[in-house]
Amino acid sequence: MKHIAIIGNGISGVTAARHIRKQTDYKITLISSESTHFFSRTALMYVYMGHMKFEHIKPYEDHFWEKNKIELKSAHVERIDAKKKQLHFSNQEILNFDELIIATGSKPRFFNWKGQDLEGVQGLYSWQDLELMQKNTQDCKRAVVVGGGLIGVEMAEMLISRGIAVTFLVRDSHFWGSVLPKEEGNLVSKHIAKHGVDLRFNTELAEIVGDENGKVKSIKTNSGEEINCDFVGITTGVEPNIDFVKQSGIACSAGVLVNEYLETSEAGVYAIGDCAEFQQHPTNRGKIEQVWYTGKMMGETVAQSICGNRTAYKPGVWFNSAKFFDLEYQTYGRVSSKPDEDEVHFYWEAKEQEKCLKFAFHKQNLTFLGINAFGIRLRHEVMNSWIKNQETIDAVIQQLGQANFDPEFYPKHEKEVQEAYQKFKAKRN
Amino acid sequence: MLNQVEHSMGVSNGPPVALNATQKLATVLGFTGLFVLLLSALNFSVIQSPVWLYISLGLIATGISLFSYAAYANKSAGIKNDGVFFKSISSRGFWAWIATLSLTLFYIVLYFFPVYLGLRTEGTNTGLIAFFDPLSQSLSGNPASQWFVYGTLYTLAILFFGIKYLWKYRHNPYQRLRTVSVMFFQTAFAFLIPEFMARLNGEGFSLPYYDLKNIWPLNYYNFEQYRVDEFISAGDIGLALLVFGILSIFVITPILTYKYGKRWYCSWVCGCGGLAETAGDPFRQLSDKSTFAWKVERWVIHSVVVFVVVMTTAVVASYLGYDAEKYWLTKDAFLIAVALLLSLVYTLIFIFKRQELKKDAKAAASIYLVIVLSLIGMHFWNGNSSLFLFEAETLRSTYGFLIGSVFSGVIGTGFYPIFGSRVWCRFGCPMAAILGIQQRFFSKFRITTNGGQCISCGNCSTYCEMGIDVKAYAQRGQNIVRSSCVGCGVCSAVCPRGVLKLENGEGAQASRYAENPITLGNDGVKLNF
Repeated sequence: MKHIAIIGNGISGVTAARHIRKQTDYKITLISSESTHFFSRTALMYVYMGHMKFEHIKPYEDHFWEKNKIELKSAHVERIDAKKKQLHFSNQEILNFDELIIATGSKPRFFNWKGQDLEGVQGLYSWQDLELMQKNTQDCKRAVVVGGGLIGVEMAEMLISRGIAVTFLVRDSHFWGSVLPKEEGNLVSKHIAKHGVDLRFNTELAEIVGDENGKVKSIKTNSGEEINCDFVGITTGVEPNIDFVKQSGIACSAGVLVNEYLETSEAGVYAIGDCAEFQQHPTNRGKIEQVWYTGKMMGETVAQSICGNRTAYKPGVWFNSAKFFDLEYQTYGRVSSKPDEDEVHFYWEAKEQEKCLKFAFHKQNLTFLGINAFGIRLRHEVMNSWIKNQETIDAVIQQLGQANFDPEFYPKHEKEVQEAYQKFKAKRN
Repeated sequence: MLNQVEHSMGVSNGPPVALNATQKLATVLGFTGLFVLLLSALNFSVIQSPVWLYISLGLIATGISLFSYAAYANKSAGIKNDGVFFKSISSRGFWAWIATLSLTLFYIVLYFFPVYLGLRTEGTNTGLIAFFDPLSQSLSGNPASQWFVYGTLYTLAILFFGIKYLWKYRHNPYQRLRTVSVMFFQTAFAFLIPEFMARLNGEGFSLPYYDLKNIWPLNYYNFEQYRVDEFISAGDIGLALLVFGILSIFVITPILTYKYGKRWYCSWVCGCGGLAETAGDPFRQLSDKSTFAWKVERWVIHSVVVFVVVMTTAVVASYLGYDAEKYWLTKDAFLIAVALLLSLVYTLIFIFKRQELKKDAKAAASIYLVIVLSLIGMHFWNGNSSLFLFEAETLRSTYGFLIGSVFSGVIGTGFYPIFGSRVWCRFGCPMAAILGIQQRFFSKFRITTNGGQCISCGNCSTYCEMGIDVKAYAQRGQNIVRSSCVGCGVCSAVCPRGVLKLENGEGAQASRYAENPITLGNDGVKLNF
């Protein structure tokens, strides 16, 4: 019986394991040095804020693994011997495998700042990071979060929930500038500020200053300002967690290099999720995809290949979602933060409510390209088909009501959007 | 190294846990109001006056309102679950046990030792019950009973914890409307209307105390002889009420449940649901989400349905039997009708919904049908001597004690802070079970999962008061069609990614429920498990 070893029990590795199990009776070993059981990484913040306990963020009950004969191994892999098909663990143990899936995810990215190793300075990715944050913020009065992205705003929300004052350094002129166009960025920025976060735009971290005990005491910004704090959250992105893979002779760049079949340079070794880097992305998106959904899709895909049906990774229409404090965000398709001249944007914002929609469409043929939605929920199925079928922007605006996914009795805005669009259109012509 | 994972996230930076000054003041006011009630129960003569009654109730109401104001007024509108699992009262800590102990004691006294509340079999009542006389007199013109005291406090709890809930969910119109609805139905239908109806009673005209929205079998005593006799003797109005009671369960309920799911009742109208959704809201996260608990739930709640059907059949049959000339329906005809109705429901489900039934459900349904039919059959085989194995009266009093008092009151409400707010609704309520079967098989209601957007965070499951593991469905892209769902909408509210929507059949998706759905997003793999 074939033995499949999977390093990493996050969403990618677990999805692969589940899909292999459904199709075969191969022996499956799921290895992690982070936690015995799979948990939802995106929900870590809720444990810190007291919305849930660790047991609540486990997607499957503990008996699930035994029932599905997925062996859980708590161990840390130090080296992969791809030729001999062996894993070497930190406790000197060795595990033989027939095929291997590397799904080790990411780790916080640091930029070699002076003082980044001081006590009270940390990123947030793993359960251990959360425990450290718990410890680091016990008597914390003032925190600085560096990096205006998704993890940064989560960290700010976590700290605010415990009454800790937060200064948030954002490199761009608005929040999440690498992804959000200015209008949406401004809406989110305003919302974050409303929750008491001291937002500093166009500001970068220069260095972190420690006290005599090696604990953080303040930070200095690139403009020379010094801000006192007893905690620094570094959320300037994540990078593949693959140091041990590099040392094992498997071809890597920033991530483990894979082709469209998620195959690495070594036969029988695959890489999926955050840690994989496509030599050439199948749909020409970024070469490294670091979201929950793509990890899940890669897990589904690699399971097919391992079960004898070699399948290329072929993600459909892009989608993503997040929540910034109380503001929900969904996106479907492509809305560029800095659109080229063929991509036209139509923006609508509700009066006196924190809600907005941004439609992107093609300048010449008016094809609907994508949408950003804040404070309004949209129906994935409908958006997916509109984008896939290359509906025109006019058709999309016309049928917008079909895509509404807000709870019952919520105010509807389709009419306002349609009126605003007519004005927008008249102006364009 | 790995064991540390189970460590808790205790807080020392404590704003979510500590009460602010206004909340402390509010707590003092509320408990002072309760303390006055306690003094009256101890027959403290100084306070036995209407003024003190209204002061006491006013203090409780003010305390709860002020507490809510202090908790939410200065916070932005949105989900307010910070610190839920750090606070002792909402995470089975010390204060949760104190609250459970006090509530349970109160229920035990109320149901089994009302003498300590001042109930006197001879002469006028004293203590707490007498304390409520002025209010009762002003409403119905009669002195208070222990049930009037309980009803007043119950209504007060729904009204003022309802206000708290309205504040907490002020950003969510569904939650607001639903809460106003339960507040209205409790105040008008359960509390005021029956009291006013009592004013109509006089010489030769007497209606039983009737909360019109309290439908059999939740209202398990609705068709007992004394009530049916009163209905019949009260002329057209009485008959209309009796007919309404029968139509409620056999006509109104199936139609509304078909259109909207059981939520039209359980989380919009019902008094038990009303209390759970308001006073019980801080405890919703304590429900057991395990598949084991689900299994226990299915057996227990459906057994209660069988029990209530057998009990009611026996009770009705017994008075139809010995007082035959008084009713147009004969005992035999009634028993045959019950047998036919049960067989019809069973047959319909097996013909049309066979493929949706698991093996154990089929077995249980069959066993229960055989038992009920043979109990009824025994009556015909044995001639008219005995009905069923048990005396109707034994069944009635056992049901009233075990289910009506212990399950729904002492455990159902007393244990809110330990087992969560919907223990009765989930494990015990026969009305919920009947609505649940309709919702599962004959309804347009479902919770739609939004394509592939679920991130398995667990908020929906955690805050499901009915213990449904919502994310187990959502993370596979599957709609949620569960008999126990009361449609409170909180899963949809707490979802950070906009994944869940309560719907009545319209919407883009072709099918209400698919066994093996496809999660959206992956064009390379067209299957999901």
